Amino acid sequence: MSRRLPHGGDLVDRDRPVTVLVDGDPVAAYAGDTLASALLAAGRRQVAAGTYTGRPRGVVGLGAEEPNAFVQVVSGPGEPMVRATELEVHDGLAVQRLAGRGRLPLGEDDTRYDHRWTHAEVLVVGGGAAGVDAALEAARDGGRVVLADDQVSLGGWSVGALGPDLDEQVARLETLPNVRVLPRTTVVGLYDHGQAVAVERRTDHRPDAPAHVARRRLWHVRAAEVVVATGAHERPLVFPDNDRPGVVLAGAAAQYVRRFGVLPGERAVVWTAHDGGLRAALDLAAAGVELVAVLDVRDEVAPGLAAELATHGVTVRTGAEVRGTDAGPDGALARVHVRHDGTIVTHDVDLLAVSGGLNPAVMLFSQAGGRTRWSDDVAGFVPDVPPPDAAHPVRVVGAAAGGLRDDELPPAAWFVGDVDSQEAERVFLDPQRDATLADLRRAHGAGLTSVEHVKRYTTIGTAADQGRGFGVLTVGVLAQVLARPVGEVGTTTYRPPYAPVSFALLAGRDRDALSDPVRVTAIHDRHVADGVPFEDVGQWRRPWYVPHQGEDLAASVRRECAAVRTGVGMMDASTLGKIVCRGADVGRFLDRVYTGLFSTLKVGSIRYGVMCGPDGMVVDDGTVARIGEDEWLVTTTTGNAAAVLDSLEEWAMTEWPELDVAFTSVTDQWAVVAVAGPRSRDVLAALAPDLDVSNEAFGFMQWRDAVVGTLPARVMRISFSGELAYEIDVPAWYGAALWDAVRRAGEPFGITAYGTETMHVLRAEKGFPIVGQDTDGTVTPGDLGMGWAISPRKVREGADFVGARSLQRADAVRPDRRQLVGLVPTDGSSAIVEGAQLVAAGADLTDLPVPMLGHVTSAYDSVTVGSPFALALLESGRTRHGEELDAVDSLVPVRVRVVDPVPYDPEGARRDG
Amino acid sequence: MMSLPCPHCGPRDETEFGYGGQAGVAYPARPGDLDDRAWAEYLFVRDNPRGWSTERWVHRAGCRQWFVLRRHTVTHEIESPA
Repeated sequence: MSRRLPHGGDLVDRDRPVTVLVDGDPVAAYAGDTLASALLAAGRRQVAAGTYTGRPRGVVGLGAEEPNAFVQVVSGPGEPMVRATELEVHDGLAVQRLAGRGRLPLGEDDTRYDHRWTHAEVLVVGGGAAGVDAALEAARDGGRVVLADDQVSLGGWSVGALGPDLDEQVARLETLPNVRVLPRTTVVGLYDHGQAVAVERRTDHRPDAPAHVARRRLWHVRAAEVVVATGAHERPLVFPDNDRPGVVLAGAAAQYVRRFGVLPGERAVVWTAHDGGLRAALDLAAAGVELVAVLDVRDEVAPGLAAELATHGVTVRTGAEVRGTDAGPDGALARVHVRHDGTIVTHDVDLLAVSGGLNPAVMLFSQAGGRTRWSDDVAGFVPDVPPPDAAHPVRVVGAAAGGLRDDELPPAAWFVGDVDSQEAERVFLDPQRDATLADLRRAHGAGLTSVEHVKRYTTIGTAADQGRGFGVLTVGVLAQVLARPVGEVGTTTYRPPYAPVSFALLAGRDRDALSDPVRVTAIHDRHVADGVPFEDVGQWRRPWYVPHQGEDLAASVRRECAAVRTGVGMMDASTLGKIVCRGADVGRFLDRVYTGLFSTLKVGSIRYGVMCGPDGMVVDDGTVARIGEDEWLVTTTTGNAAAVLDSLEEWAMTEWPELDVAFTSVTDQWAVVAVAGPRSRDVLAALAPDLDVSNEAFGFMQWRDAVVGTLPARVMRISFSGELAYEIDVPAWYGAALWDAVRRAGEPFGITAYGTETMHVLRAEKGFPIVGQDTDGTVTPGDLGMGWAISPRKVREGADFVGARSLQRADAVRPDRRQLVGLVPTDGSSAIVEGAQLVAAGADLTDLPVPMLGHVTSAYDSVTVGSPFALALLESGRTRHGEELDAVDSLVPVRVRVVDPVPYDPEGARRDG
Repeated sequence: MMSLPCPHCGPRDETEFGYGGQAGVAYPARPGDLDDRAWAEYLFVRDNPRGWSTERWVHRAGCRQWFVLRRHTVTHEIESPA
C-alpha cells in the first residue's frame, strides 16, 4: 500500500526511482528520500523493536531526534546503527532493521577516511534560515566563513515556509568566494578557543564515487567566532502506550507530507501543546489526512488557527489529553483513547501526531561552557550565560536561541498526566533504552533527586539520540515527581560528540603502517636480508636475535653470547640516542646535569654518566665523548633520546641561560656498529690498518678518528658487555657499507652477528642496569650500586648537580631502600620470571598480605653464570648477599639465592682484551 | 583543544606544546643550604589555582622555545604576560 502522494515533496526527484533492500525485500523510493520517508511511503510502519521489551516501534521524527528507527547498513562498507531519518537512499542500499543494538561489521573496511584543518573568522553551524542569514552577514566584510549544515541542501526545514527569499539567499551564499559551505556535515563538538570538530559524509549517498574520494572527512575548524544556528528539536507528549508505530511527532509528520510527498497516516488524532502543532494539523488536513480530533493541552488557542482548522471541519478541543492507545494485529497503532471534559472517547486511527513543544538545540552552546535556563515563554531550556571565554564568542541565533514566531501563543509546559503505577510501566521516556515513567518513579523512590543521578539510574537519555527528543520532557516529568520548578531541576550535561563518530574516521589515514612511525637504521636492509626477527624498542625496529637455520631464541642467544665472550660479535647499535652539545660552557653544563664530573674530560676521551631528575632518581645514563674544545657528544638510551634532549634544553633555557650551550640531535645522522669480544681488536686492526689499536695508544674510554675500510669513521672504545669492544660510527649513509666491511674483516675471526637479547644477557652478567627496565623512577644511583658515578670531587667541593640535594634527603639514604642485587635459583636450573615478587623463603602465600621485599627486573638464562640469572631490586639488598628468598610469579615460588649483581669478571679485567 | 600563542611562531594547536607547570619557581641558587622541608617545597609543592595561573610552556613540535603565559584554569582564557 503506497502512501506516496500523487504530487508534492520538493526533496524527492520523481524522475529518479530508487530501490533499496530492507531485510532483503525491495522497497521503492525516489532519489532524495531518506530511508524513513521511503519506509513510510511503503506503508511499513514497524521499523524497529524495543531493545529489551521487543515492542514494535516506528518512525517518530525527522532527523537527529529520532529515537527508534535505527538500521544496520549491510551494503558498501556497512555501518551499525544508522538513523533511518538521516540515511539517504540510493540504488544498492541494503539495510537490516534493528532491535536496539547494531553490530560492528567485522570485514576489512578499505574505504578512505580523511582529516582536514581550516581556519575561519566565523563558523556558522546550521544552514536553516537563521544560519544562512548569519553566514551572509558574517561574509559581508570579506572574512573567511565556514557554514556547516547536516542536511543535504541548505535551507533547513523552513524552506517552502519562507519561499523564494531563502532560495535566493542560499544561491547568493554559494557564490561568495570567502564562504565555504559544507553540506552533509554535522558539527559534533565545540571545544576550547573556537575549535569545532565536524563530520562530513562525502560518499555514502553516491556508491559510484571513485575509491580515492574519502568516505568521510573529519573537519577541524578553528574559528574566531562561532554562530550556533542549530534550530530546535520537536519533543513529544507522553501517555500510556506512547511507543506504538504510528505515534509520530506532529511537525515531522507535516514535513513528511510537505518535503517528501508522503502521508504518514490516513486517519489521525493530533495532540499538541503549541501553535506549531496546530499548523502541522493544518498541513496534514490539506494533504488529505482525515483529522478525527485535534487536541491542545492549553486552555486557549489562537483564534486564527482555530478558524483555519474549522474550515477543514475540525474543532480544537482545549484541555484535552490522550489517555492511551491500542495496537492492531500488526502491532501498530489502531485506536487512541482521549479524555476530554471528564469522559473518555476512543477513535479508530492509524496516526497519532503529537507535539509537546520545541527544544532549542543548545548542545553545542553547552559543550562550549554556556549555561541555559528554563523559559516559560518557550517552554524549553534556552541559552542564558554565554561561554566564559569572551575571546572566543559563541553566539546562538534562531530557534536554537528559543526564537518564537511573532504570531505564536506561548506553548504550554505540559509533561504527563495522572498515570497509575501499572500504566507507568508503558509510558516510555526513552524508547531506545525501553526506560519508562515507572523507572523514573523507582529512581525517585530510591532517593534520587538530581537529574544527573536519575539519568544514570534509569539510563534515560543515554541512548544514541542522547535525549534530544525526550530529554527535556523527562526533566519536566521529574520536576512533576519532585514537585519542583523545571528550571530548578535543570538539564543533564551535554558533552561531545553530538552525534556518533566512527573510530575509522577518528583514525583517518593513521592506520596500519601509518598508525605510528617505524624507525629503522641505515643497516636495516641487511637485517631483513638475513631474515632476523625484530624487536620493537620505542619506535625503533631492532634485530632481536640472529638465528642460524633451525635455531630458536634460546639456542641463538647461547651461541651469540659465547661468540662475544670467547671470539667476536657485531651488532647494529645505531639506535642509541646521540646529542651534540656545542659551546664554551658545555663542560660546566654537563657537570650540573650529570652526577659525574665532565669539565675535566680531555678531547679524545669518553666518560660514563648518570643523569638524575631533581628528585634524585635516575632518569638516564650514557656516555659523553669530548670531540673538541667546544664540542661534545652525549649518548642516551634508545628510548629516551627525545626526553633527554627536552630536558637538556629546558635546563639550559629556563635555569641557566647565561651558559653558552646548544644542542642538536644527531641520532639519525650516524650509523653505529658495535664490535665486541676478545678478538675485536684484531677485527679493527684489519679494518683500519692506519690506526694504532694497541691498548697503550687507544685505551678504554677513548675515541679516535680513523678510516675504517674506506669509510671516514669515529671509533669509540666503550663496552656494554664487559669485553674488549669498540663502537664504530660512520655517517648514516655509509651504514650498510660499514656493516658489510665489518662482516668481511671479521670473517677470519668467526665474527657473529648478535641482537638485543644477547646484548641484554651480556650486560646483565656485568650488572649493568638498563634505565627503564631495572629502574622505575624510584631508584637512586646508590640503589644501583653506582655511588661511584657521583663525582667525589663535586661532593667534596659542595658543587651542585641536578638531584644532588635530593640524594641527601633522609629517605634517599635509608639503609633499607631497594637495592640492585643478583639472583640465581638454588636448584641451578629453575627459570626466574621478570616481574616476579620477592618474598621470604617459604612464605605462606595464602596468608595475605604477603610482605613483598622486592621484585625481579631482568632475568635470563646465562651460559656464563651456568644457570638462570636475574637482576632484582631488593630491600636492604646489599646486606643480604647469600640469603635465600622466593621469587613468586602467578603464585608459583622459585627458591633463589641473592648474589652480587656482577657475577662475571667483577674486576673488569677483560675489557682490555 | 586549546590554541596557544607561541611568542615566536604565533597561535598553534595545543598538541604542539609541552606543559611545564607553574612559572616563577626558580631552581634554588644553593640547594645544599636548604633544609629538607624547604627543598621538598621547591621539589613537590605547586599552586593549584581555580582561576588565573601563570605557567610555563614549551613549543616542543615547533621552535622548541620555552615561554610563560597566563591561563584561566576554569575558562581556558589565555593572556600573554605583560
